[in-house]
Amino acid sequence: MAKHHVTATVNGDEVEFLCETEETLLDVLRDGLNLTGSKEGCSSGDCGACSVTLDGRLVCSCLVLGCEVGGRRIETIEGMARGERLHPLQQKFLEHAALQCGICTPGFLVAAKALLERDPDPDETEVRYWLAGNLCRCTGYDKIIKAVMATAAEMRS
Amino acid sequence: MAETLTTARDLPQTYVGTRTVRPDGVDKVTGRARFGADFNLPGQLVGRVLRSPHAHARVVSIDTSKAEQLPGVKAVVTRADFADQPSEFIPAGEMMINYKDMVRNIMAREKVLYEGHPVAAVAATSTAVAKRAIKLIEVKYEVLPHVIDVVAAMKPDAPLLHDDLYTVGVEPKPDKPSNVAKRIEISQGDIEAGFAKADLIVEREFNTAAVHQGYIEPHAALASVSEDGSAEVWCTTQGHYIVRAHCARLLGLDIGKVRVTASEIGGGFGGKTVVYLEPLAVALSKKAKRPVKMVMSREEVFKCSGPTSGANVRVKLGATKSGQFVAAFAELKYQAGAFQGSPVQPGVMCAFAPYDIENVKVIGYDVVSNRPKVAAYRAPGAPISEFAVESVVDEIAKKLEIDPVELRLQNAAREGTKAAYGPKFGPIGLVDTLHAVEKTNHYTTPLEPWQGRGVASGFWFNIGGETCASLTVNEDGTVSLMAGTPDIGGLRASLAMVAADELGVPYEKVRPIIGDTGSLGFNFLTGGSRSTFSGSMAVVEAARQIKADLCRRAAKLWEMPVEQVTFENGHVKPVEGASGKGKPMSVADMAKLAGKTGGPIGGYGRINAQGAAPSFGTHLVDLEVDPETGRVTILRYTVAQDAGKAVHPSYVEGQFQGGAAQGIGWALNEEYVYGADGRLQNAGFLDYRMPVASDLPMIDAIIVEVPNPRHPYGVRGIGETPIVPPMAAIANAIEQATGVRFTELPMSPPKILKALRERGVNGRGNGKTHG
Repeated sequence: MAKHHVTATVNGDEVEFLCETEETLLDVLRDGLNLTGSKEGCSSGDCGACSVTLDGRLVCSCLVLGCEVGGRRIETIEGMARGERLHPLQQKFLEHAALQCGICTPGFLVAAKALLERDPDPDETEVRYWLAGNLCRCTGYDKIIKAVMATAAEMRS
Repeated sequence: MAETLTTARDLPQTYVGTRTVRPDGVDKVTGRARFGADFNLPGQLVGRVLRSPHAHARVVSIDTSKAEQLPGVKAVVTRADFADQPSEFIPAGEMMINYKDMVRNIMAREKVLYEGHPVAAVAATSTAVAKRAIKLIEVKYEVLPHVIDVVAAMKPDAPLLHDDLYTVGVEPKPDKPSNVAKRIEISQGDIEAGFAKADLIVEREFNTAAVHQGYIEPHAALASVSEDGSAEVWCTTQGHYIVRAHCARLLGLDIGKVRVTASEIGGGFGGKTVVYLEPLAVALSKKAKRPVKMVMSREEVFKCSGPTSGANVRVKLGATKSGQFVAAFAELKYQAGAFQGSPVQPGVMCAFAPYDIENVKVIGYDVVSNRPKVAAYRAPGAPISEFAVESVVDEIAKKLEIDPVELRLQNAAREGTKAAYGPKFGPIGLVDTLHAVEKTNHYTTPLEPWQGRGVASGFWFNIGGETCASLTVNEDGTVSLMAGTPDIGGLRASLAMVAADELGVPYEKVRPIIGDTGSLGFNFLTGGSRSTFSGSMAVVEAARQIKADLCRRAAKLWEMPVEQVTFENGHVKPVEGASGKGKPMSVADMAKLAGKTGGPIGGYGRINAQGAAPSFGTHLVDLEVDPETGRVTILRYTVAQDAGKAVHPSYVEGQFQGGAAQGIGWALNEEYVYGADGRLQNAGFLDYRMPVASDLPMIDAIIVEVPNPRHPYGVRGIGETPIVPPMAAIANAIEQATGVRFTELPMSPPKILKALRERGVNGRGNGKTHG
């Protein structure tokens, strides 16, 4: 079967790509567009390492087909910093040592950004439940939660 | 060499002990960092593995002809492509490796020994072609009876995995092969006499399930082999020099011709100290003469890469009325998986290590069964035996009505205590961690009904070993640092801080990288909590060379004897009362003069790090049991552990917190579940339930610092001990909450509910609480 010809917006840039029906958005990002910041941890939507936003909604890109994203707006970890300025979440993750190995970090950042855009003042429980779809095996989540809470506080002030 | 390094302790420390931003941090928060699966080469092929669907079967024949004829298939490898290896044991991390077994584990030969055991691998131009090729390989199996459980595998009539495996460590040598690879025993004193003195003896049997390290990044490797036999490998590993050694050995290549680059590593916890894909990718690339990339699926990670042992453990502990432990006995039966080499040895050695007990005997069995070969997992072996011992210690405390922290303090190992496994301890921090926990308000906060509080301690040895690091002072005075052990969670930051303090340069001016295997001499892997301990010693050695060299250069410039020049606070300067004059010059000043004073400035630390010191920890947990569902909620958690010296306190806390979280998963939910067919039933994150953010509270971390006298900054390894105490701490808390002593891991909701129902508890109303 012929490949699908898809045009979409990724991190503000218009992109076009060809993909097989069974290829996921994650495959397209990583293998087709060389955006390897989104990680493949499970391919089943359980680990959240491939988190991106699709028209502003948080999704696991391993659960979205490449051929579904025509005309849609995708934001990945590569689009999070603005020029030389890190996003406040990125900065706080560094200051709070909210990462150890770093493989889950892009997914956590994308998910946390989606949370703060929805709710600028989440309590700890809300942060923990929002991020429950992102697995981290290194940190025990403590410093991640603190970094997100600290970012929210800073962005509100 | 270690002795000469201790002088550095007198230096002013400006960065060590502070919370710097890690040098590799920006790459990791922007998606720029390249992990195992992020490397690609022009012309690369996709490699995939055909794996056994059976738990145990003889491989009668493998026909790859149809796969080889499929357009787009460039190479197929099977057992025929790997030469057999002699049986010989070599150390690898905290485990031993036998190449005869390793060549069979990476590719099955006579038999498949577990579901997922590799049988063939293909390299093709696309994933789709590789998948089709795998389906075209015809394997004829003669299915054999299998055995999964460790106790069942020890029975005389159990299905036999290896007909040449005779139990080592028993006299006389057995005349029949069995699944018991080894019996080991340590003892001191006389346990019979010891138990005779006991007023109270508690004896319990425990069972623990196999659990996976659960790193989020699956194994990945990219290999490129040239026509002249030189090979390059990029892979995610805890030790690229170990990958090089294994690939060279298994493929018959010269070590010097194999260059391995470690990618950023997305978690390992011991599970990336061994090879799975790397030799297959090299073999395929060697055949195809094109680069081959291989990445495991999550299902493959669970089925084919090392979990740690499940085990059966019996513990017997005797105490006097006043609480003094007088005799201890344990018998450990550890699953090794398909090939021998479970961590039962460290399990035996660690079992009673936190306590000063005169009479101790521990026996261990290393047992093979039809499961994937176990790999190291954070303090391999220790969490299992110490779970059992710390549960029994708690029971003794309750029976004698002694506070559990006080009972531990009464019996705790201290400086000078002779451990049952051999050595006399130097300065250690167990007592300090117990006092630290006792002093928290956590320890005295009142509990509600159905809530319980548990405490447990833990121990791990830590290791040193072969380590290299280089420091180069660049023309502008910045410093390039190269280390040879993968940075799994803050190593670059720690080493850069040490280098900055040693040379008196700003931390931001030190750029640390992890070199490939061609850049430095042999480095043992990141494991055994060794990389910061050993790496910083190598950095100190490299810095010492630079400082001595700068003194020589300054002496020449100032025309005075080198003995009259010293390096202090980042500057070369004449000693007081020197014969000539010289204005103090910084490392950056000297860098500008490098061309005139002898050329490039650098130091190269090549050490076999000695003097690793153990780290003890004590954990305190509050939890609540829901009597209607059996679910356990962790309410509050405190870790206190001896770090010797915390180079970067945030990453030390992170190790404490992460280890505790893994232990919580081990205690409450994680387990390998097998069907009657010998196949793994939960090979995915949905069914293999690791803790998520909403399962956990904040984890308070208390860093205790009892300096290690054998390290220039007092550092101890800290990464592994944190996973040792959680299981017992949680079991002890559940006992307090419910009155039920759980001896089987995981303590998952169905088991707790069943135990409560058996005691007539049917909800909140009629429960007995001990809070």
